[in-house]
Amino acid sequence: MSLFSVIFYIFAAVIVISTAMAVTRKNLVHAVIYLIVSFFGSAGLFYLLGAPLLAALEIIIYAGAIMILFLFIVMMLKVEETGNRVFAAKQWIPAAVLSVVVFALMAYLSFAVPGGQTQMRAAVAEPAAFGTYLFQHHWLSIEIVSLLLLVAAIGALYLGRHREKGQPEGEREARP
Amino acid sequence: MIVPFSHVMILSGVVFVIGMFALLARRNLIMMLLGVEIMLNAAAIAFVGAALRWQDMEGHSIVLFIIAVAATEVSIGLAMIVRAHRRTGSVDPEIISLESKKEE
Repeated sequence: MSLFSVIFYIFAAVIVISTAMAVTRKNLVHAVIYLIVSFFGSAGLFYLLGAPLLAALEIIIYAGAIMILFLFIVMMLKVEETGNRVFAAKQWIPAAVLSVVVFALMAYLSFAVPGGQTQMRAAVAEPAAFGTYLFQHHWLSIEIVSLLLLVAAIGALYLGRHREKGQPEGEREARP
Repeated sequence: MIVPFSHVMILSGVVFVIGMFALLARRNLIMMLLGVEIMLNAAAIAFVGAALRWQDMEGHSIVLFIIAVAATEVSIGLAMIVRAHRRTGSVDPEIISLESKKEE
């Protein structure tokens, strides 16, 4: 077992434990903080698997932007506690059964598929090489994604527009 | 030599299943959206592992698009949650659907 494998298993344990802790927390702020730890672990894993640019983007966008946005919303809305259980009783049993079935199938497939036992050789995709590759092969997709982000910004602005008199005007017009 | 490819896929599967469980079992829209984020992150881990397995940068490009889609999804989703909270005063999906039925 080489040093890289040890680091991989440590990162995997950090990711799984912090994600599980995040999902079972009752306090939303704690959940978001645990998830930030999980995304830091994922960033370390990306670096280990030879994607330094994606590791940086994971920290900047996932842990930095998305989770902080969640934190803002959690602090802005006064979320009241509903019930004294984290999971609703009639929901978590089917959810757990479905999750176990899906996981069993995934685990079986990833061991049964030929080539699953292939040892991966360490390699690094340099950020410059990756950028060149991206803009040579996927320039149209990059443009489409930028359009998607513009649409998302406009949509979020429209949805979040504050109206003083209760009902949003668009909804009122739609009704007969 | 790092690890067998299947171990990366198992890790990705565990994280995906945890996210799916959060999406199915929690009764809080913010936690459900976090579950979707966890699932997207699991997909990203699988793609990075596959990119290393086949020594191809295609997987890295897909992960970049996954991150962009996650950012889009979270901004729209949170805006809709804020709007639902403003109308019904709750982030519980059951209460929100009851309230919107009442308004009709």
